Amino acid sequence: MSTDPVPDGPPGVGETPTGGEGPATATPPTETGPATAGGGAGSGRRRRDLPAAVLIGVLTLLLGFAFTVQVRNSDDEQVLAGAREEDLVRIVDEVSSRGVRLRELIADQRSALRQLTSSDSETASALEEARTRAASLAVLNGTAPARGPGLRLTVRDPDDELRVTDLIDVIQELRGAGAETMQFDGVRVGLSTAVTGVPGALMIDGRPITAPYEVLVLGSPQDMETALNIPGGVVQAVGGRGGSVAIQQEPDLVVDALRPLPDAQYAAPDTED
Amino acid sequence: MIPILGLVAGVLLGLLLDPTVPLWLQPYLPIAVVAALDAVFGGLRARLDGIFDAKVFVISFVSNVVVAALIVFLGDQLGVGAQLSTAVVVVLGIRIFGNAAAIRRHVFRA
Repeated sequence: MSTDPVPDGPPGVGETPTGGEGPATATPPTETGPATAGGGAGSGRRRRDLPAAVLIGVLTLLLGFAFTVQVRNSDDEQVLAGAREEDLVRIVDEVSSRGVRLRELIADQRSALRQLTSSDSETASALEEARTRAASLAVLNGTAPARGPGLRLTVRDPDDELRVTDLIDVIQELRGAGAETMQFDGVRVGLSTAVTGVPGALMIDGRPITAPYEVLVLGSPQDMETALNIPGGVVQAVGGRGGSVAIQQEPDLVVDALRPLPDAQYAAPDTED
Repeated sequence: MIPILGLVAGVLLGLLLDPTVPLWLQPYLPIAVVAALDAVFGGLRARLDGIFDAKVFVISFVSNVVVAALIVFLGDQLGVGAQLSTAVVVVLGIRIFGNAAAIRRHVFRA
């Protein structure tokens, strides 16, 4: 543009209506008019145009620079730093109301989370309790093997004199002394265990047993031994029929005979409690 | 040619240096850029009209920028900075549109 062929004089005047260079339009006619009045004064124009070209270059360079910087600047969050007070107030308002909404949301989610975790832990502890109960019930019922301290009894009956009631006495005496579970000659004794038969051919739960009967019972060894040995108790009664009871305390006994779990035909669990 | 080179060089410089705008300049920089754009469009139009004058261009460029920034500065001092900068942008925008229309008539003959 520095080599603009058009004489400078008239353009200054002609430029005014364009409005492109508002405040400066007043000066050109007076300044540039005389300088280029000759029209073809080539050397004079060159001398004057060089600094102008440099200035134009510098200005446009500045414009490009500022433009880029501004575009970059308004891209990121820093735009807030240049915002005006009222804009900032509005932004703060929006942000804080949004913050309130989000905080309410957080509170909701938190309480939901708390409910879920508490119900979860309740469920877990209930499940744990149920498992423990099921395990102890299984031991009582004889549907699961059990181990622990107890007694090993060997009941001898050389004369085949022991009756059903004698064996029931043994079982009851042991239960009374705190026996938790037992097996009688390989048959687990449970809630509904029945002793049947005649002396010499006794049966427990319908399964024949033969003397000597080996009884494994879990419970407090001392208590049960004392209970069996009381005067007039099981040991004496068996001895009175020509038999004998050998009692051996065992610190770690395994009762692994199992009973099938009877299906309740009439009774159903009452879950309302 | 020089203005185009200058613009390109400026854009490249801005991209390369990527400076942060000082805080005090931040309200004025966008206005100044718009004012300078107006001057550039005016210059382009004058050039197409065959009436371009380097001196007029330089002075109008500088004064446009200074006056626009001054108006915004005054507005900020008076508490109407936002409105005044909007006004400046609107006015400059109208002028840019007018110049762009003139340029368009030159380029497309329509």
